[in-house]
Amino acid sequence: MPGRTLFDKIWDTHVVADLGEGWALLHIDRHLLHDLSGGRALNDIARRGLPVRNPELAFATPDHAVSSAPGRTAASFKPGEALHNELQRRSAETGITFFDLGQDGQGIVHVMGPELGIVLPGVTLICGDSHTCTNGGLGALAFGVGSSELTHALATQTLRQRRPKRMRVRFEGACGPGVGPKDLILHLIGKLGANAGTGYAVEYAGSAVRALSIEGRLTLCNLSIELGAKMGLIAPDDTTYEYLAGRRYAPKGAAFDRAVEAWRGLPTDPDAVFDREERVDAAAVAPTVTWGTSPEHAIAVDGIIPDPADAADPERRAAGLAALRYMGLEPGRPIAGTPIDWVFNGSCTNSRLSDLRDAAGVVRGRRVAEGVTAWVVPGSERVRRDAEAEGLDRVFRDAGFAWREAGCSMCVAANGERVPPGARSVSTSNRNFVGRQGPGARTHLASPMMAAAAAVTGTITDVRRL
Amino acid sequence: MDSFTVLAGVAAPLMRANIDTDTIIRIERMTGTTPEQMAPWAFESLRFQADGAEDPGFVLNQAPFREAPILLAGDNFGCGSSREGAVWALKYSGMRCVIAPSFGDIFYGSCFQNGLLPVVLPAAQVERLAEQCAGGNARVTVDLRQQVVVSPHGERMPFAIEAIRREALLEGLDDIGLTLKQDEAIAAFQARDRVARPWVWQPGQ
Ligand code: SF4
Repeated sequence: MPGRTLFDKIWDTHVVADLGEGWALLHIDRHLLHDLSGGRALNDIARRGLPVRNPELAFATPDHAVSSAPGRTAASFKPGEALHNELQRRSAETGITFFDLGQDGQGIVHVMGPELGIVLPGVTLICGDSHTCTNGGLGALAFGVGSSELTHALATQTLRQRRPKRMRVRFEGACGPGVGPKDLILHLIGKLGANAGTGYAVEYAGSAVRALSIEGRLTLCNLSIELGAKMGLIAPDDTTYEYLAGRRYAPKGAAFDRAVEAWRGLPTDPDAVFDREERVDAAAVAPTVTWGTSPEHAIAVDGIIPDPADAADPERRAAGLAALRYMGLEPGRPIAGTPIDWVFNGSCTNSRLSDLRDAAGVVRGRRVAEGVTAWVVPGSERVRRDAEAEGLDRVFRDAGFAWREAGCSMCVAANGERVPPGARSVSTSNRNFVGRQGPGARTHLASPMMAAAAAVTGTITDVRRL
Repeated sequence: MDSFTVLAGVAAPLMRANIDTDTIIRIERMTGTTPEQMAPWAFESLRFQADGAEDPGFVLNQAPFREAPILLAGDNFGCGSSREGAVWALKYSGMRCVIAPSFGDIFYGSCFQNGLLPVVLPAAQVERLAEQCAGGNARVTVDLRQQVVVSPHGERMPFAIEAIRREALLEGLDDIGLTLKQDEAIAAFQARDRVARPWVWQPGQ
């Protein structure tokens, strides 16, 4: 029998029934629910008169539509209050664990899931959110679903899925100074395009990936969907097991040892074959930033804004020209030095403790530039407490950053927190779409270090030159 | 779910790559609204100008295309966020079919859950359809039974679709109903899995 990939091994263990033509009824081991889609799905299931099949495998928390203002309550953002209350009430009715504002456990779903040990290697995990792929950083098969599929999974603990193709991306070598997982993945999307991963489950491998912490691996997998891939994953190793040991919902004692033994069999076999292979020289990747309104509009920070008129494909040309107009940029100029108005450090991409440490390292001893509004929004209540315990909040506050409460905040503008129309923001989030951070907002995606560098200089800046 | 067999009508060309689901429906329009109420907000950032007036340059604001049941789009249509509101906004604006060279995976799957047909055709064919439909009075036919799109000039463009999805759409079948019938298989799987992977079943123990 030919070797199998990490993906194949997880998929095969979860097939409840073969539906033919590559389709399977797939068992789902974990659900994460959030305020924007979770309550709606639980209402839907109640309306159909169906029970939640395995509530003990589901975990809920409000993140999208909550205010991140210091001292916030569920009522601070009015339109979100009903969503919060609905999720809380429906979770209680169905027996789903709910982490409320102010509790250890509340936070952006994809920050909360790993940090509580809810996400484990080899599990299937879904959430009504496309960045569920983040959780693949722990070796889980995790993917986002729409509302109908969410209802389906809550009612049946399964999904009808088509087996995707398999792609492997190997990042080899060591990242240079000022370069991290965010740069690697933006670089990859810039190189392959925002739909290169469509129809694939993408495994990230190579020495640069092995060297990443779990938090870095979560960042890398987070942008899989921006490459077009519903699923991105990384084989578990000792780094993974050390990270999981002792976490609240991870297995304990003998059960943990038994699990680790099983997890050691998950990595891709040496003779396994992928449908597509890509390789990136990590040492050659520069700090990367986007110039347009698709994550594929990514360039090295010391690069030149490209001219979309050079694009061969007419649809990409049209999209590129519209992007430049929206962004208020001219082709042929260096991207570095572009003046900015806002900085957003946060989101499920880059709001974990190590991200905040990276940003604080750049900020320490400096001040936010005149005319720039800069926010730090920790990804979870736990991250906020840990960061405060080591004094990171002081570093940011002393420099003139706003230090806020955990949630999605300005990543998505579903909570009243927006970049104003026409303003230019360097953001550590994952989407630079038109209006994503608010109508008319202009978003440049970058790493926490690059965002911090922009905050203190007031322009898009190569962090290596600071 | 609504079934889909044959559809003939005006097709609106929106030929731009990477139209994301944030563009199809803004997130604020999904809080406190029913799926039906999302329709007027479809493509909000393209449809309206900064002062709130309709942008006459946007294709769906132009008379022949306002009620178009078919949309022609560029590569990677519906990429980005998993929000099913993107499908609801299109569906309740009267759209039943989107034709593009490729789609975002999650959007593509959600279409089938709502009786919308996403058709993948080669870019050159979609471009041709867009040219032939530019005036607004040409009609395109989409026949799911025969798996073919017929252009206004009569060109037949066959498309591929998985049988399992085609059947469900032709019949208007509901996935949840189908899966609930497999309850025994699910229970048997779970019983086996509790023994094989006990750590999955008792979070925190
Ligand atoms: S932080 Fe942004 S991308 Fe992540 S779950 Fe929240 S809204 Fe989605």
